[in-house]
Amino acid sequence: MTIEDIQNEIIDEFSMFDDWEERYQYMIDLGKTLPLIDDQYKTEENIIKGCQSKVWVHAEMKNEKIIFTADSDAIITKGIIAILIRAFSNQSPKAIIEANTDFIDEIGLKDHLSPTRANGLVSMIKQLKMYAIAYQTQLQ
Amino acid sequence: MLNIEDIRKDFPILSRQVNGKPLVYLDNAATSQTPKQVIDCIVDYYSNYNANIHRGVHTLSQEATDKYEAARQTIQKHFNAEKAHEIIFTSGTTHGINLVANGFSSLLKKGDEIIVSALEHHSNIVPWQMLCEHTGAILKVIPMNEYGELVIPEYDKLLSSNTKLVFVNHISNALGTINPIEDIIEKAHQVGAAVLVDGAQACPHVKPDVQDLDVDFYVASAHKMCGPTGVGILYGKEAWLNKLPPYQGGGEMIAEVTFEKTTYADLPHKFEAGTPNICGGIAFGTAIDYMNEIGFDNIANYENELLVYATKKLLEIEGLKIYGTSKHKTSVISFNLQGIHPYDVGTILDKLGIAVRTGHHCAQPIMDYFKIPGTVRASFAFYNTISEVDTLIEGVKKAKMMLT
Repeated sequence: MTIEDIQNEIIDEFSMFDDWEERYQYMIDLGKTLPLIDDQYKTEENIIKGCQSKVWVHAEMKNEKIIFTADSDAIITKGIIAILIRAFSNQSPKAIIEANTDFIDEIGLKDHLSPTRANGLVSMIKQLKMYAIAYQTQLQ
Repeated sequence: MLNIEDIRKDFPILSRQVNGKPLVYLDNAATSQTPKQVIDCIVDYYSNYNANIHRGVHTLSQEATDKYEAARQTIQKHFNAEKAHEIIFTSGTTHGINLVANGFSSLLKKGDEIIVSALEHHSNIVPWQMLCEHTGAILKVIPMNEYGELVIPEYDKLLSSNTKLVFVNHISNALGTINPIEDIIEKAHQVGAAVLVDGAQACPHVKPDVQDLDVDFYVASAHKMCGPTGVGILYGKEAWLNKLPPYQGGGEMIAEVTFEKTTYADLPHKFEAGTPNICGGIAFGTAIDYMNEIGFDNIANYENELLVYATKKLLEIEGLKIYGTSKHKTSVISFNLQGIHPYDVGTILDKLGIAVRTGHHCAQPIMDYFKIPGTVRASFAFYNTISEVDTLIEGVKKAKMMLT
């Protein structure tokens, strides 16, 4: 599936929720259940300091696709990370570079990606793109 | 007895909704809300007599100057400073601290010592670290105990004839602890050190008497006392202010300029270079009048009721821990739910219309002490109600349910 297909799928899923509580409960459950990163990658150098919550990101290339894993110490942040990883991981560097994050607005989580939110998510998306650019350069 | 319902009518913002819920504003330690008396004062300034001060011959300038200087006198009276020119307008507490730190950079020498407390806000640590780097002075820290109180016997040991400055907050922003500043000041003076007290968190709750305290410098911000942002004061004893060099060069702060030499203006203008926040200064005076009309004793008593009630109710929630449990504290409660990140709790509370602060509250050393990433901080003002405390309690319970 392309990034856009996955994003549309996520939008469909979220449209089933009636209110913020259901949306948040879903994200919290995502945050609780998913093992998002191998502990060996939760290192200082993989950390994105977001002032309030910490985010760790690890990237590796397999079959010309980037596999992202990530984590956060705050569970709602982790839930959003799960959604972002689902959209961006296992895609080609080019697709990741070209992708946008408008779907986050559509599922009602826009506040969480505000640069002033200080939860590390904005920096995380930048980091995903940086990895994609770096791997793209390797491929060329 | 305060009539809280009447008081709340003074604050237009308190009737707004957030995320479809009535706003419950419990982030007063970050900034207080503004009563219509202060808002009206700001509108009046820009509608009727906006002008630059101290140099115009025209009517508007004279009116603005008179009001600005009248505000200085209101503030002088409030803090019981001996002289009006001991009140320097600043852009806020941080500016005041930097002004003093900068002034001392020419007075300190290698080996001199500065004492700060472990309860300080970042703004009260960084300027001294910079000052120490610059002068070769040494920074020493008064430790705190598990209740979030300063360990005074340790302070006693740090004091010596090398101590030149002591910096401590009157009340901790992260934990609400009221520090024994009378004792701290007296002991510092015994070794000949000067004392700067950060009153940012204290001034919304108490009325400091700078002469009675015998404090050398005291700083405060208007926006924590129902005034506007971007304005505050530095109180300094006249003798100290005369000793410190000017902080910034510019208009207002000079008496005479030739290319050979500039002579500085008298106090307070020596420290007030450039066009100040005129409207802000005037509105600060109005805010102080407003708070005095309500009465600081009434404020303290009522806020203490809110604190006691909220503390009791919060502690009934299983797995909730309060940080900062001194018997001497103001209406600030820093807490965490076991195993839950404060950011998550704050996010759920926001969805319920409840404004709290989460994070390290610019006091990372305190968070390191408790080995936590941060806390949820609810801070109450005299316009908060018992029913809002109940809303908070229900919100925390809901957050716990969703996040566990």
